Amino acid sequence: MGNPAFPPFDNHKSVRVASVLSMTDKPSAARDASLPHGVEEARLRQQAIGVKLRHMFDQVVNEPVPDEFLDILRRADERTGGKA
Amino acid sequence: MGAAPKPASSDDEGFKRELIQLIPHLRAFARTLTGDPTAADDLAQDAMMKAWDARASYQMGTNMKAWTFMILRNQFYSEKRRSWRQSQLDQEAAERTLVAVDDPEAPVALDELRQALSSLPEEQREALILVGAGGFAYEEAAEICQCAVGTVKSRVSRARRALLATLERGGYARDGRAAGDAMRSILADADRLSGARSG
Repeated sequence: MGNPAFPPFDNHKSVRVASVLSMTDKPSAARDASLPHGVEEARLRQQAIGVKLRHMFDQVVNEPVPDEFLDILRRADERTGGKA
Repeated sequence: MGAAPKPASSDDEGFKRELIQLIPHLRAFARTLTGDPTAADDLAQDAMMKAWDARASYQMGTNMKAWTFMILRNQFYSEKRRSWRQSQLDQEAAERTLVAVDDPEAPVALDELRQALSSLPEEQREALILVGAGGFAYEEAAEICQCAVGTVKSRVSRARRALLATLERGGYARDGRAAGDAMRSILADADRLSGARSG
């Protein structure tokens, strides 16, 4: 429900990164000092991979859309009787 | 509900507006499936047209992003079954990826992540992309992949473990760089990216 189907296009990178972090970033409890070092380290690494993964995807999302896409859609629209 | 072509309506206009907004996301998903920008755009265009043609079966107000992603994914696998010689394609895509690395502006870590991703089994890769990058909930990803939620969860978790192992092995070191640099550069890069958050 808190997962909008259409994320805003102006792409608040910081918000996105934060949401990626929150996917793997368990609050305070996981940061407990009693946690074995290896587990914490692995978690940080997973978190870093998550950030990069998101960044990789967003790089394409942020590319300008080639005109071809809209041209094709416009032609299809006209074919089906589009605008009067 | 007939099969006759729907006359243009305000529904169509709304549908088109939403579809146009989704194009960048369809392109990104297609890129991760094909690994090749040109093939990806062909795929995304096909999916966009399929979605447009099927607009009568789409219920406004439901999750159009998941719906179009499912169409794109189905298109990808049906084309692949039909005509793509996948092993060859993978090989070519891998070579292109290596060539693309020569761009000095391209962050190294991103490329190593891409290569590590390409070594994952397809169903793990798509699950991880949908959940870890596409912003879908497990339930939505399950819908898109037409499988059980538990299956998506286990694919994502296996994908995460495998990625980490691959990157830590630094199996893709090149230019004489020491193994292990892959993970280190990813950590540094992620740090920089998240730094913008608090900055």
